[in-house]
Amino acid sequence: MAADNGLVMGAVAYDAKVVTIWEGFKTWFAGQGLDFDYVLYSNYERQVEALLLGEVHVAWNSPLAWVRARRMAGAAGLDVGAVAMRDTDRDLTSVVVVRADSGIDDVAGLAGGTVAVGAVDSPQATLIPLSHLRSLGVVPGSDVQVLGHEIGVGKHGDHVGGEREAAKSLLSGEAVAACMIDGNHLLFSAEGTLPPGATKVLTQTAIYDHCNFTAGPAAPAGLVARFVDLLGSMSYDDSEVRPLLDLEGLKAWRPGRVSGYGLLEAAVDESGFYDEKGNVTASGYRP
Amino acid sequence: MSPPPATGPEAVAAARAAPGPPEDAQVLDLCDLGLEEGASVLVKRALKRLPVGARLVVSGTDPALSVHLRAWSRAHGHRFEPAPDGAGAPAGTIRRGSADEDRWHGSQRAGAPDPTAAGAVADRPRAAWGLAARGALVEAGAPEYAFALDDREAVWTGDAARTYRQAAAGQWDPATAIDWEDPFELDPDVEAAVVQVMTYLIENENAAMVVPARFLGQVHPHFREVVQVLAVQVADEARHVEVFSRRATLRGAELGLSTAGGQASLLTLLEEPDYVLAHFLLSVLGEGTFLALLSFLERHGPDPVTRRVAQLALADEARHVAFGMTHMAEVLAREPAQLGRLATAIERRHDALAHTSGLNEEVFDALVVLAAGSWERRAVAEGFRRVLELQAEMAEGRRRRLVKLGFAPERASALAALHTRNFM
Repeated sequence: MAADNGLVMGAVAYDAKVVTIWEGFKTWFAGQGLDFDYVLYSNYERQVEALLLGEVHVAWNSPLAWVRARRMAGAAGLDVGAVAMRDTDRDLTSVVVVRADSGIDDVAGLAGGTVAVGAVDSPQATLIPLSHLRSLGVVPGSDVQVLGHEIGVGKHGDHVGGEREAAKSLLSGEAVAACMIDGNHLLFSAEGTLPPGATKVLTQTAIYDHCNFTAGPAAPAGLVARFVDLLGSMSYDDSEVRPLLDLEGLKAWRPGRVSGYGLLEAAVDESGFYDEKGNVTASGYRP
Repeated sequence: MSPPPATGPEAVAAARAAPGPPEDAQVLDLCDLGLEEGASVLVKRALKRLPVGARLVVSGTDPALSVHLRAWSRAHGHRFEPAPDGAGAPAGTIRRGSADEDRWHGSQRAGAPDPTAAGAVADRPRAAWGLAARGALVEAGAPEYAFALDDREAVWTGDAARTYRQAAAGQWDPATAIDWEDPFELDPDVEAAVVQVMTYLIENENAAMVVPARFLGQVHPHFREVVQVLAVQVADEARHVEVFSRRATLRGAELGLSTAGGQASLLTLLEEPDYVLAHFLLSVLGEGTFLALLSFLERHGPDPVTRRVAQLALADEARHVAFGMTHMAEVLAREPAQLGRLATAIERRHDALAHTSGLNEEVFDALVVLAAGSWERRAVAEGFRRVLELQAEMAEGRRRRLVKLGFAPERASALAALHTRNFM
């Protein structure tokens, strides 16, 4: 159980800056009178299990980790709740991109080809876009081959490397299409990984939500409420907290909502990533 | 976790913001320019002209425009609504967020660039202004720099800008300003005297380079013109060290002597922690004294290269002394009581050096030989007379400068006499 009187949060160390971020938040929370500490995990599966065991009160969860936490909690008759998220976690889309000169104009044109994706556990660069193709009648693994880029497995696609490698596979001709989040298509195009004009967006998914702070079954309601209040009070016009918001990639914290995870829930079921109890059933997944 | 915020290289182009069609919305047509090709700059410009909450309808023919606008708007704190698909339809509407304005909440203008404008130069520039240009709008939350010399009273000299311009215009290239091939023949002993004097000059110029260099990093960059003068002064001295070294080795590889007393004298300059006092001791007294020495070498140097390097260094040193005098005059005008501190600094340095032997005999003798130009008896006598004259001229120069700063004549004479016998 998470000890003492403070709130304990879990986060996944997908990058060294995670320490900087949460040390900064810890100091700021302390200044606001909230006793806050954090525990880092190397992968989301271990973090979710720790949340359900009550080792942490709150987990800074990827969308996939949220799906698993919800399923595990449901199976155990426990409650978890999405209590807060970033403004940038709302209404994301992913895209399937082809080379502009490929002659492919619709998803049917992908048939027989290879689609490059990110890591096996990436919601934005693998699970959701493959589910999207499936919904359009293109079945991954049978109509198209799937070329994964297993960078940072267990970190649910937090590491941008898998997506970047997928983009490179598209350019090199290894794949006829590549999947990525909308913002990374812009980033890769602007930075030159994808030369401007060299690719075109073949199809775009519907909108979905990304990370959330998931309160676990052991979370003391009062502390969680205080935590959420303080997050909500962080203003981008405050020079003390702005560096923290910049590091974490947001302008404002928003209330948690669970309405944006339908696409991912469906993708998880279709791909058999987790079963309905939250057990890991993806084959060959070694976080 | 975070997908990285979408940003890209920004190209410059003209915005095509047109008066808006329906309701409150403004319209921006990007034509075929993609967000990743610089259109983001146009979008930012158009949004900046709108109040927070207002809408900007963006259209264009880049097929990825709607995808990219969504990602870009999210990362920049705006809201994006894609337009329904349709031929010729806009990509969507951006509702302006406040993050770009919020970032500048509490920011502060760091004075103004023109130092003569009212309020341009702060009495005590903020530590967080740091390296920002004077006049820049500085975001709140910038790190605090520890520039120890941040007091206008001690640092600022109104004449700095003019001095810097003069100095920049007066820079010379050692490779071309001196004819190193100019032929001359010297008696080996006279050449040795020149080498000894050069050796001594290098040691002193090292001090004149290091002292401003040490303060250079301490002066708040808000006092830009002062920092620039110090920087160019350091560069001047670096050049002097070069040309004196080059003259010293023009005819041979071996340099002259460096005495403990000479070094002890220079050490007291380097160890003076107070900027005003260090500037006074170095520029007004030390370099002031050197003006006479360099002028002496320019007149009596036995060869054209020695005379030329002395002449070039003299022009630079004259500027350093003038700046030191202006700085002292301004300090004293603001606080006349500082005169006592200056006097004490001279006395303290004199006391610290009382046990040392002062100017080494080798330098004195070398100056005599150099000024004599030969070992002929009458020539040596003339050289000796000229060096005595030089010493008198040095003391008189110091006295004159001290009087100019406000010391009574007798007091100025006494203080001038206390100046180190090592000249610098």
